[in-house]
Amino acid sequence: MNHVDGNVLAGPLSELFSVDMTLATGRCVGCGDESVLARAMVYESGTDLVVRCSHCDDVMMTLVHTPGDLRIELRGIGMIKVPL
Amino acid sequence: MTALAPTSVWKVGVVASVHTETPTGRSIMIDVPGWGGNLAGQHLDLRLTAPDGYQAVRSYSIASASSGDRVELAVDRLPDGEVSPYLVDELQPGDEIELRGPLGGWFVWRPELTEPVQLIGGGSGIVPLMAMVRAHAASGSTARFRLLYSVRTPEDVFFKDELMAFASSEIEITWVYTRATPAGWATPAGRVSRDILTSSTIPANENPAVFVCGPTGFVETVADLLVELGHPAASVKTERFGGK
Repeated sequence: MNHVDGNVLAGPLSELFSVDMTLATGRCVGCGDESVLARAMVYESGTDLVVRCSHCDDVMMTLVHTPGDLRIELRGIGMIKVPL
Repeated sequence: MTALAPTSVWKVGVVASVHTETPTGRSIMIDVPGWGGNLAGQHLDLRLTAPDGYQAVRSYSIASASSGDRVELAVDRLPDGEVSPYLVDELQPGDEIELRGPLGGWFVWRPELTEPVQLIGGGSGIVPLMAMVRAHAASGSTARFRLLYSVRTPEDVFFKDELMAFASSEIEITWVYTRATPAGWATPAGRVSRDILTSSTIPANENPAVFVCGPTGFVETVADLLVELGHPAASVKTERFGGK
């Protein structure tokens, strides 16, 4: 499995947010880096996604589909700044 | 009930036409009622549903940049792919597919931008860059555009005739052949190198916006070399599409 850019989050996150979250800045809890989510590294397995910091590779966010639910963990994101 | 943003709604598109581009790839025109256009460089999510209900979703860059309800994709068949073999070998005009988008506001070029632009594509990574080249031409933009396009062999070039036409009027194009070159080509086949980037791309001191798209390994190699050559990381936007 090979990773892709955070750009790919635009579709899945459009199910949750009304703005383009790939333009939002996220702060990595692991290293403190602040980058747009479009620059994060995303590992895909089916429709499940693991989002990692492009600087320290720590897990920032996971999105896992279960029958009837979308389960989101934001354990590695300390802050999200959304352009208005 | 769920409140959904417009881009998150799945729309049904109808295949208008298909066109063979390379031995392993084709372009696909799709009419999507309610699409309403997209920016150059954006992508969409495509969803296929099997008769047993199994669904597969993939992201594809859009080769077109217009205000209408027609989008063009270009897809390369991945040998062990789940979706791309169907799109390349089986999809026919009249078939319906589900699409979501347009998506992503980061890897985009807007005609009002005036800074020089360096595009670097590997294989079918040309697709979103093609949208930018087309938008540049359609808008009459005078921003300097330069393209470096890396392909395995001359047969693997997507949008060959259109690019050749643009090469004389709109943009400077450098072709890199990694496995086989055209007859009489001056340089032997080989991968994009630091030397090629130095000689054939807009240098960092001209502050270009750089867009790199292709297989993950290609993108990471090129992006690292660009930063070594002095481009600020913030000026280099990437779109990895996985693969080898």
